[in-house]
Amino acid sequence: MRDYIVPLILLISSLWALQKKENTYDLLLTGADQGLQLLRTLIPTLVILLTAVTMLRSSGALTLLGRLFSPVFAFFGIPSETALLVLVRPISGSAALAVGADLMAQYGVDSQIGRTVAVMLGSTETTFYTISVYFGAVGIHKTRYTVLAALIADLVGFITAALTVKLFFP
Amino acid sequence: MIMSYIFTGCLAVSIFAAILTGSGGALGIAVMQGAQSGITLAMSIAGPICLWSGVGFLMDKAGITHILSRLLSPLLYRLFPTARKNTALSGSLSANICANFLGLGNAATPMGIQAAEHLAKGKGGVATDELCRLIVLNTASIQLIPSTVAALRASLGCNTPFDILPAVWATSLCSAGLGLISAWLLGKVWRK
Repeated sequence: MRDYIVPLILLISSLWALQKKENTYDLLLTGADQGLQLLRTLIPTLVILLTAVTMLRSSGALTLLGRLFSPVFAFFGIPSETALLVLVRPISGSAALAVGADLMAQYGVDSQIGRTVAVMLGSTETTFYTISVYFGAVGIHKTRYTVLAALIADLVGFITAALTVKLFFP
Repeated sequence: MIMSYIFTGCLAVSIFAAILTGSGGALGIAVMQGAQSGITLAMSIAGPICLWSGVGFLMDKAGITHILSRLLSPLLYRLFPTARKNTALSGSLSANICANFLGLGNAATPMGIQAAEHLAKGKGGVATDELCRLIVLNTASIQLIPSTVAALRASLGCNTPFDILPAVWATSLCSAGLGLISAWLLGKVWRK
């Protein structure tokens, strides 16, 4: 059954659109084109940031960083290998993607760490970027507790990511 | 600007660590390898990203957004009482949440900002409780199909890139839920 979920999502949404007399094929093309534009803006960032991340890893700096943070991470039950991802995730989305890709390749996509990284990436957002875009756009200068609450949500996300992976993939 | 400091910091830390651990040779190679892996990564996730962006767009136009927003409205009114009296606000709020849900980041932000404009109007630049809640909802991505991550996993040779879906859903619900609860608690004690 699990194998059919994704293909069925595709079929159902196409059928749904057809039944609404929408031009399914044209809509798919327009949406795919938007995806391509997103990717186009992503490429320069990925090149620059993966250069930095690869340098950090091969110089041994990431291992040192992990060792430095491991007591704090152990306290929250987060694998210390994900230290850089946790630090970068709220600041830059493409940097987090670069770090995540590097970690998954390093430890294996289907490893405990690889899956934790994937869940972290899939369930959190670029907090600081979002806050600055929204508050900048509507002219808020007193942000009150927004940053704190959003960072609590992020921390809960990182902890739960490690937890759910342990639970769903024992 | 912050990325400039982070990037420069990464370089300095790498060189320092390489001297410390004696891995200067690997560091030199890493520069070229890293740059190439940026392109390789972008290319290897390009297909799925385009496909899911297309599917999300299709779902939106087919009216699935409409059904979702009707299902959401009880929760929406509870979180944003102002939306009860303001139909323009409730429209942009549910459009924002649905676009996030379908993974249409480009569509979600403009709708979210529209909603934020309604919520910020006449408040003198101070973030209200409702505005904080909107931000928390938007920073805790609740997504049906985390397509970028799935694409990344597939590109690294994973045969079941979507097997993390239940874990992702559970995690983002927990994070959004606890984020909202802490926003609610903080809103009670924080000065206006």
